[in-house]
Amino acid sequence: MQRIGVFVCHCGTNIAATVDVKAVAEALGHEPGVVISQDYQYMCSESGQNLVKNAIKEHKLTGIVICSCSPRMHENTFRKAAAAAGLNPYLVEIANIREQCSWIHKDIATATEKAVILGRAAVAKVHLNAPLTAGESPVVKRALVIGGGIAGIQTALDIAEAGFDVDIVEKKPTIGGKMAQIDKTFPTLDCAACILTPKMVEASQNEHITIHSFSEVTEVKGFVGNFTVKIKKKARFVDETKCTGCGLCTEKCPMKKVPNEFNMGLDNRSAVYIPFAQAVPKVATIDPNYCMMLKSGKCGVCSKVCSVGAIDYKQQDRFIEQQYGAIVVATGFDPIKLDQYDEFAYNQCPDVVTSLELERLMNAAGPNGGTLLRPSDKSHPHTIVFVQCVGSRCDDSKGKPYCSKICCMYTAKHAMLIREKYPDTEVYVFYIDVRTPGKNFDEFYRRAVEQYNVHYIKGMVGKVTPKSDGKIDVQASDLLANEQLHINADMVVLAAAIEPDKTARPLATMLTTQMDTNDFFTEAHPKLRPVESATAGIFLSGACQGPKDIPETVAQASAAAAKAIGLLCKNSITCNPCVAHSDELMCNGCSSCEKVCPYGAITYIDKEFRMPDRTTKVRRVASVNPAVCQGCGACTVACPSGAMDLNGFSNRQIMAEVDAICK
Amino acid sequence: METFTYYPGCTLRTKAKDLDTYARVSAEALGIALEEPADWQCCGGAYTTAKDEIATKLSAVRTLNAAKELGRPLVTVCSACHNVIKQTNYDISRDEDMAAKVNNYLRLPEAYTGETTVYHYLELLRDVIGFDKLSEKVVNPFKGKKIAAYYGCLLLRPSKALAMDDPENPTIMEDFIRAIGGIPVIYAQRNECCGGYITMEDKAQAQKRSSAVMESAADQGADMVITACPLCLYNLKKNSGSELPVFYFTEMLAEALGLKEASNE
Repeated sequence: MQRIGVFVCHCGTNIAATVDVKAVAEALGHEPGVVISQDYQYMCSESGQNLVKNAIKEHKLTGIVICSCSPRMHENTFRKAAAAAGLNPYLVEIANIREQCSWIHKDIATATEKAVILGRAAVAKVHLNAPLTAGESPVVKRALVIGGGIAGIQTALDIAEAGFDVDIVEKKPTIGGKMAQIDKTFPTLDCAACILTPKMVEASQNEHITIHSFSEVTEVKGFVGNFTVKIKKKARFVDETKCTGCGLCTEKCPMKKVPNEFNMGLDNRSAVYIPFAQAVPKVATIDPNYCMMLKSGKCGVCSKVCSVGAIDYKQQDRFIEQQYGAIVVATGFDPIKLDQYDEFAYNQCPDVVTSLELERLMNAAGPNGGTLLRPSDKSHPHTIVFVQCVGSRCDDSKGKPYCSKICCMYTAKHAMLIREKYPDTEVYVFYIDVRTPGKNFDEFYRRAVEQYNVHYIKGMVGKVTPKSDGKIDVQASDLLANEQLHINADMVVLAAAIEPDKTARPLATMLTTQMDTNDFFTEAHPKLRPVESATAGIFLSGACQGPKDIPETVAQASAAAAKAIGLLCKNSITCNPCVAHSDELMCNGCSSCEKVCPYGAITYIDKEFRMPDRTTKVRRVASVNPAVCQGCGACTVACPSGAMDLNGFSNRQIMAEVDAICK
Repeated sequence: METFTYYPGCTLRTKAKDLDTYARVSAEALGIALEEPADWQCCGGAYTTAKDEIATKLSAVRTLNAAKELGRPLVTVCSACHNVIKQTNYDISRDEDMAAKVNNYLRLPEAYTGETTVYHYLELLRDVIGFDKLSEKVVNPFKGKKIAAYYGCLLLRPSKALAMDDPENPTIMEDFIRAIGGIPVIYAQRNECCGGYITMEDKAQAQKRSSAVMESAADQGADMVITACPLCLYNLKKNSGSELPVFYFTEMLAEALGLKEASNE
């Protein structure tokens, strides 16, 4: 005979204000098998847990029901308490009378009645609970970092520092990401390359770090501690092991009219190229869309000039497979395309540029060698208008609903740098709000206004009209002065909203992690677990989780590394014993369960069975790998013969709950 | 010859006869027969955005239903008529409440819920005939002529309902200009308002708007401006103070096809 204890929590007033907890304890005390039913103010507190522990010992309980908050909050707490008192932790059931009852009801009578029903269902279930023992699975001591921007580099360096091997997979030919394209960084105005490139070199020289540049993740299998990842090493038509990065091929390549993506298409590169001088790895890549040899078989100049014979026109995409214990996503961001915003004449006028284009225009390694010149006629601009929030904080379908966060600061930086370098300029910034929280950030913005006399005007630009004399008419409203303005500008700079990289969504599907409606990765808890995804073993680093500036990105990158190191330090991790298992006598080998399993945990085996007539027969039956199974239960629903069942959530247990609720 | 239902609208019968006449002769030459439904009435004039305003949308539904009964797509050419009819069609096919109210009121033999396909004449040229086919039929190309397309505000907006082209960076009229042998002039004010009906109340304001459009086109070197809207044509001609000629795009089409003289006889 079962001896069940029921413990009803007040949760202060969270539950007790809407649910008559004493009445619930009293009602549940009459359920079959219940030998003790108590209420207490905070069941999760130490004294509350002691109450449970003592009752287990005193009443020799065989199962307990805690009527409290969601099992997501404290199921583990009470399982541990039960284990400490000698009861198998899987003989604990939680009835959620807070999130699913007291918080959503106003009427005490209704809420109390519902709490009793929920408690009754849990009692009915715990009658059928079986003791379960958690197994262990080993942890592969290697991490994968997807994305080689500053976030990915920092995460990889920190993990390597702890002594674990790390692979960085970067889709571009070099690591460095967006930070490599930035000229100066706020709020200290130090040169981005000067602080980034040493880290890039450090990553390439670290014995624990392997960089797979020009590569993409194509398949992820497995689970926390033991992921199997397929990586596509895209053909760069250059043997990475031979190329010395001398750059002779890029000089001699006759195809020199390829838009240079590193300089945002503001100048051209050759068909065989090294993205920038400090690229890591410093290896050439041939662009098959422009290479004449690859397109028509006529050329071969690079192959002739290469002294080490690194050019390989026949190179194919290569796939490698590797085991990892932890995966860190660091896929970063991109500015949105501005095709939909032609009220700013971005497509019509070369002197209307995005902020990232301005970074390149002002960079010493950029198209103008660091002198700010108008792209159209290479003349010195005198009047420059900045437009903030282009596509950010938009309520229509073409923009983004969120604040892109970094634009206020980089616009202040641009304005300040231009005024500093070219005192003959007039700089205007149109803003909705100036948002500068952050250490030394508001001081920085104030400096732009007060010291550098940048004209900050609250209001948005309505229309940008390029004129035949090369000037640009900027029509805007000044909301504080309540007047319409026309500014005769030479250049217009648009602070385009940022969005997650386009590769993020297919990657999220591969990793079975969650994203929000804007395609930013969702953290496991917005406050308390900000660098973990809800999928165990997958961590988030940098702007893939939300808009971030460099200091924040680096902080989050190190935090993600710490979490990954915490996992890699363990030799094994405790598995969830609530996994599926198949009753082989009932299984007819139909494959329904295999088809619905999202984790690939089910395989089929041929097994010999003794038949009633003493003959033997080989039958095909399902077999669950308990280390891979995540206990989602999809197979138990799909199984037509009822052979599939889930430990801790068996069909009998669920039906008993339903019966108790419907009684 | 393919037949389409054709809705000219009131203005094309009075002030904007050119827009209508040249549209008809050109269509015929391009292998399209345009047939007016019997007893058509005003499109409603301006689209009311009030959700509960049904009465002014009824006449547009009558036209749409007439096309449905004839079993053919509906072609319009006036920007304003097109805007009203297409928006009404878009809303009635998505807003069940509106569809129910309209049908309760109209008591048609069969309820109308947005079945008719609506083409602007430019869409007919682009999507049914094809600009490449059109250019093959051009006999008097506008060689070397720099032509500025004026879209105005309501030919393409609201873009979701009209689904015709990108309202901020459109190409349909520029492609049309290329098809008739001209050189399209891109200028920033091509999709801004001409002043519209404000000319009735505040002439100065309409003058300011329309002159901004014409100055912008002239500044970019245009020889002429073309439009699909009678009200735009009025404002650009009468209120802008600009010397730049303004034509209906259908007139240019007829001329390119060598039909202008014939149709004036």
